[in-house]
Amino acid sequence: MSAVPSRNAPHRRSLSAAEILLPVALGAAGLLGWQLVVTAFAIPHYILPGPWLVAKTLWTDWGTLWPALLVTLEVTFLALGAAAAGGVALALLFAQSKWIELGLFPYAIVLQVTPIIAIAPLILIYVDNTHVALVLCAWIVAFFPILANTTLGLNSADHNLVDLFRLQGATRWQTLRYLRIPTALPYFFAGLRIAGGLALIGAVVAEFTAGTAGRGAGLAFRILEAGYRLNIPRMFAALALITASGIAIFAALTALSHLALRRWHESAVTRDA
Amino acid sequence: MTEEPREPLLRLRHVGKTYGSGTVALSDVDLDVAAGEFVTLLGPSGCGKSTVLRLLAGLASPSSGTIEWSDADAAPESRRIGFVFQEPTLMPWASVAANVALPLRLADVARTEIATRVAGALDRVGLASFSTAYPRELSGGMKMRVSIARALVTRPRVLLLDEPFAALDEITRFRLNNDLRRLWRSEGWTVLFVTHSVYEAVYLSNRIVVMATHPGRIASEHAIPLPAVRSEATRASAEYVAACREVSAALRRAMEGEFA
Repeated sequence: MSAVPSRNAPHRRSLSAAEILLPVALGAAGLLGWQLVVTAFAIPHYILPGPWLVAKTLWTDWGTLWPALLVTLEVTFLALGAAAAGGVALALLFAQSKWIELGLFPYAIVLQVTPIIAIAPLILIYVDNTHVALVLCAWIVAFFPILANTTLGLNSADHNLVDLFRLQGATRWQTLRYLRIPTALPYFFAGLRIAGGLALIGAVVAEFTAGTAGRGAGLAFRILEAGYRLNIPRMFAALALITASGIAIFAALTALSHLALRRWHESAVTRDA
Repeated sequence: MTEEPREPLLRLRHVGKTYGSGTVALSDVDLDVAAGEFVTLLGPSGCGKSTVLRLLAGLASPSSGTIEWSDADAAPESRRIGFVFQEPTLMPWASVAANVALPLRLADVARTEIATRVAGALDRVGLASFSTAYPRELSGGMKMRVSIARALVTRPRVLLLDEPFAALDEITRFRLNNDLRRLWRSEGWTVLFVTHSVYEAVYLSNRIVVMATHPGRIASEHAIPLPAVRSEATRASAEYVAACREVSAALRRAMEGEFA
């Protein structure tokens, strides 16, 4: 606690040169080493392609990979959206009554601990529309962190503030809107960031299980297909796209969280040294 | 002296509070408070002084005994009770102005009136220029001022303060003591103040109620014969020192009983 008031608004956090240069340099060195090993030992590309060949494949196979990426991303975002909506809705329902929470929460945990790879075949059998089945699989994986975090957040309101709201005769709705929901926001965003990565993983796992070919094929199917044909460079290229998507989703959700919390939450505020 | 007690505002008779765990927080408390009084509850931790405030605010109900208000039939919300907690208890996501505006928003007061009243309240605690700041940008003393502004924006008749300055450094504490005393005089509040500091209690109060523990109860009451207008000079006066000595002795007696 400082006795001197500081009126300066929170700084926007900007990455320093070292924070960008260091990982980039390390990554470049890794790729270079990889390329050198492949070239020096003349490793055939069907065993291990060098990064240069992977990059070239990404370029030449773009016509196949790009539509596949769009399919996978569509499943991911539909699942993430549904998980956010469903997780928040259920958490709000839990917040209304301890009994509902006690009764339903164990089943949410059941959903979470059952490996998606084990239920995916069943879902694909029962749900006719493969696209819907894929979204459902990804949704199951992404749903829990949002539900668990938002529930925790809604129950984390400061006790004195709860008393103050009672003292002022606040209605249930006012307490929810002005106290419990704002308290839950940072928790929700932490859950959303985890769910973003999980939705992508869920989508890929479900696609592997479904093995859909043709127009609706996602990246996971392209990896399977390339594997059957021993097209290792394309496998690497597709893998690179999935990883890049995961990083982009995480970065986007982190930015969203920062934007929403930047004025007040400790996680989004940098302090003067 | 203009501080003669007026009509009695509230009356506690044989009030006791036992918590679900079996802990007896309060036992057989009798207390009268007149409108416009500044009464301090003084005692060691666990003497139930905070419990008294919670009972008066309606945040808890007594296990035995009665609490009578002079306006017995009025709804509790209409009693206009302001509560200041030990911590500033501000909403970190809301600006200073929004924090102070909270009680008015909960009461669905019109926006234009909220703006005027919030500005007035912030002005009275000397934070007019900080309305757009966020709590994390403020010092501990300033946060407590915001908390007081939030209580006074409702134009309370009764102000309950639960060790509000305990976590502050001494200079800040003295300054806030002066502010509180000044506001009490200008606003015509009835104040119930809880503290464990003898010096703070004597400086602020017209009357001090010393409490003891196990079970929480009233040990003694002391009128404080100091002038209405108090300042730093008061702290050096012989009357102030004498009153402190008297209250300290009473507090010691109340605490000795515990170890006897």
